[in-house]
Amino acid sequence: MSRKHHVTTTVNGDEYEFLCETQQTVLDVLRDELMLTGTKEGCATGDCGACSVMVDGTLVCSCLMLAVEAEGKKIDTIEGMAADDELHPLQRKFLELNGLQCGICTPGILIAARALLERNPDPTETEVRYWLAGNLCRCTGYDKVIRSVLTAAAEMRGA
Amino acid sequence: MPDLRYEAPGSLADAVRMLAAAGGPTRILAGGTDVIVQMETDLIEPELLIDIKKIPGLHTITAENGGFRIGAAVSAMKMMDHAALCATHPGIIEGVKLIGSIQVKGRATVAGNLCNASPGADSVPPMITAGAIARVTGPNGSRDVPVEQIPVAPGKTSLAKDEIIESFFLPALPRNSGGAYQRFTPRTEMDIAVVGVAVNLTLDGAGVCTAARVALGAVGPTVVVSDECAQALIGTKVDEAALEKLAAAASAACRPIDDKRGTKEFRIKVAAVLARRVAQQALERARHIA
Repeated sequence: MSRKHHVTTTVNGDEYEFLCETQQTVLDVLRDELMLTGTKEGCATGDCGACSVMVDGTLVCSCLMLAVEAEGKKIDTIEGMAADDELHPLQRKFLELNGLQCGICTPGILIAARALLERNPDPTETEVRYWLAGNLCRCTGYDKVIRSVLTAAAEMRGA
Repeated sequence: MPDLRYEAPGSLADAVRMLAAAGGPTRILAGGTDVIVQMETDLIEPELLIDIKKIPGLHTITAENGGFRIGAAVSAMKMMDHAALCATHPGIIEGVKLIGSIQVKGRATVAGNLCNASPGADSVPPMITAGAIARVTGPNGSRDVPVEQIPVAPGKTSLAKDEIIESFFLPALPRNSGGAYQRFTPRTEMDIAVVGVAVNLTLDGAGVCTAARVALGAVGPTVVVSDECAQALIGTKVDEAALEKLAAAASAACRPIDDKRGTKEFRIKVAAVLARRVAQQALERARHIA
């Protein structure tokens, strides 16, 4: 058996400690060890974006990062997106405008969309489409996703 | 499943010692966007991963001799966010932007893109035409190697078992130089190059091309650096006759395979079209970037 690694990391502002094997990804640990199952596994090869999280402020696929690499890092997942009982404007717009159907891709898309709006509060439709190119959805046809992001961005700008 | 060890050395010397001492298959872990996928899909079964991200100095882009030094652990996103690098080397940034999704670019490195040694790696042709030099460190110190000499075949590099790429040096470009990279893919994003072409060229005061480099990706086992293509541009004003000659030389330089992304014939034809377009874009930039 390989030696387990002892990792300390911050997830959504709370400190966590866990033991992991080298092969385990951040996604594996979030879901199976920390029981934060909002982050989804689609492909496990970095193609679908369902496992998107923020690590030290950078948008990444949690399936493409080993859990042992998370030592000392700050991770933000979908579980930390709403402030207590109040949904993030992106979450609210996705609900109002039906930006989801089955919902498997939605946590990843919300995390990715928030990362975009933090960098660019007023993106064009093309910019949103390119930014979200790494988030695959097999239900919606994307149009409602894009509308939801653009509408949330406008609300967040106070436009 | 063999025992998989993970080490995160704090110095290059330690990393090199670990590489030299490793008995079984070993991989350097930088961004991990190829290594972890290859492990997940059972293409590789390493016994040791050496994570280079805790080594000081490998995360920075610094000015050096009028150019830049880029650490091996610098992510694609960090390069895209570096305003000065974007201004002087738009061709490299065009390649880097195409590496994968935003998520992948948050982790992936140019050193990894190079060492994965895929013939279609998007950042490699524009690094080559910009004259990028890899600093390779081993047990006997460091050596500087032009980027085009690193990949030797698909999936294979010229690095010895105990060598590691530490950084890249991008030399200062002469005045009135411009570079560009474009690729052909059926989709606009999230795809792998069918053909990619990078051009760098330099003009004199009269607008005559005095130096040029042309590199073609995905049309051979490694990136094709074509002197015939460069010669088609040098000494001309990159006019229609020169572009016609360049296009023919680009087609002639291709040694492509047939695969699911495109046939040989298609790649040979597209290389000509792209070479012409990319040279025109590089020319525009050379006229405007002082």
